[in-house]
Amino acid sequence: MNYWPLLGIALVVAGFALRFNPLLVVVSAALATGLLAGLDLVAVIEALGKAFNDNRYISVTWIILPVIGLLERHGLQQRARAVIESVRGATMGKLLVIYLLFRQITAALGMKDIGGHPQAVRPLVAPMAEAAAEKSHGALAEGDREKVLAMSAATDNVGLFFGEDIFFAIASILLIQGVFESYGYPLTPLELSVWAIPTAICAFFIHSWRITSLDRRLGRVRQAEGGRAS
Amino acid sequence: MITYEWLYFLAGAFFAVWSLLSIRNRLYGNAAFWGLIAISIFLGTHLSDLANGILVLSMVAIAGVGGLKRSDPETTSVSQRESLSEKYGNQLFVPALIVPITAVLGTLLYNYTALAETGLFEARRETLILFGVGVVIALIAAVVWLKPPLLAPAEEGRRLLDSIGWAAILPQMLAALGAVFALAGVGEIIGGAAGSAIPEGSVFLTVVVFALGMALFTMIMGNAFAAFPVMAAAIGIPLLVEGYGGNPAVIGAVGMLAGFCGTLLTPMAANFNIVPAALLELKDQNAVIRQQVWTAIPLWVCNVVIIYVGAFLLWN
Repeated sequence: MNYWPLLGIALVVAGFALRFNPLLVVVSAALATGLLAGLDLVAVIEALGKAFNDNRYISVTWIILPVIGLLERHGLQQRARAVIESVRGATMGKLLVIYLLFRQITAALGMKDIGGHPQAVRPLVAPMAEAAAEKSHGALAEGDREKVLAMSAATDNVGLFFGEDIFFAIASILLIQGVFESYGYPLTPLELSVWAIPTAICAFFIHSWRITSLDRRLGRVRQAEGGRAS
Repeated sequence: MITYEWLYFLAGAFFAVWSLLSIRNRLYGNAAFWGLIAISIFLGTHLSDLANGILVLSMVAIAGVGGLKRSDPETTSVSQRESLSEKYGNQLFVPALIVPITAVLGTLLYNYTALAETGLFEARRETLILFGVGVVIALIAAVVWLKPPLLAPAEEGRRLLDSIGWAAILPQMLAALGAVFALAGVGEIIGGAAGSAIPEGSVFLTVVVFALGMALFTMIMGNAFAAFPVMAAAIGIPLLVEGYGGNPAVIGAVGMLAGFCGTLLTPMAANFNIVPAALLELKDQNAVIRQQVWTAIPLWVCNVVIIYVGAFLLWN
């Protein structure tokens, strides 16, 4: 067997690790992989062009940006913060755990398009989480602030990934069904989707624990600083 | 029938406007980059594969030489935003909610009522098309309500787009890389290697290799969909189901979820991991992945246990 095409994977890993421009890394890896598999350069460029073109729908979603930008111009992020500041007892931990649960349940009901990074995390969830963290721990150091924002995005991902497969009419369930059927194992989508439930429950508890431990850690940093100041 | 072509016309127009505004702002690299995307989205269907490939290489060249810059279109200050937020109140959330509500309720209405029989939308394309409809409605509603300057929606969109920069097309580029990998037979090679790495006779270790293969191959490809058919064909079906008599539903469903743990750990899953770091303007490109590591690893262990218990101990 010709193992040379795997060099493309090594290129991707090395390129990302060395922090070259990811677009450059990806296209170099594609060209190298194609050439090492014995295709000629024009055929590889054609394959790349065709696949890029077939996947244009992925980039179409950026048309949301003017709506979000316009609302941010009129104070959407500030509004999101104000709502959290007005809720008594709101903490970053509680907020993100509730968002995790909300995202898992709505995704499990097939509503995976509620939420998402440009629509929900940047304008709403991240500013709310930051405001809640500041409310309980005071102004955040830059590194801690980044952790809170990144945790907001991570929570959206975990909620989506480990909720969506409970909904039976989703692409990944249909893919599993298709693969098993082609090997002679007819399964119903429902048989598959019930088996997403145990993992969804584990994901909720593990990630909730991660969220609350970040919140606690921010509190300890704050206490340590307070101790020094007094 | 409304197809993706309608959506491409809309999105192409958006990118064309962003390109023109970049010229006005003397950001020629940005203008060229967004302009090429506009051409790709508008005309991609009618161009040859080679022409599309050359478009891709040109975009990458611009990004590779650092041709994309952040922009700073005129906008409101933080203190203005504070007072605007007071003025408009919680109604500011309404236009933001129009988009997901249109997409979700529209899809449900369309699929579970007689509307589906009208064939209004191209089959299985309705959600993204309805997302586009929602964007148009939300934009019109926001403009009518807030009465911003004429160019403000486009300029605010450009501010966000330029802060995302090249990462905006990384997900699409990675999907294209996946197609080239498939063409070069990378899946078969990995599947073969994983299949031969299995110790004879141990159900548990076979489950571990299967789940590990799903996670690692997902990390390489950036999504579990590419990994699943390969790992199912190499290990899942011949060894776990046929060899050891495991429950196919558990092996399929939870195997896929073991792959999703890999998605949390890789920059190749750009739209989940890299794009949000750009959107949130984080300094560390991998900040989101860092927050996911200690969720993904324990969860992967849970998946191994669930497969072992659910597909073998409870099943036999």
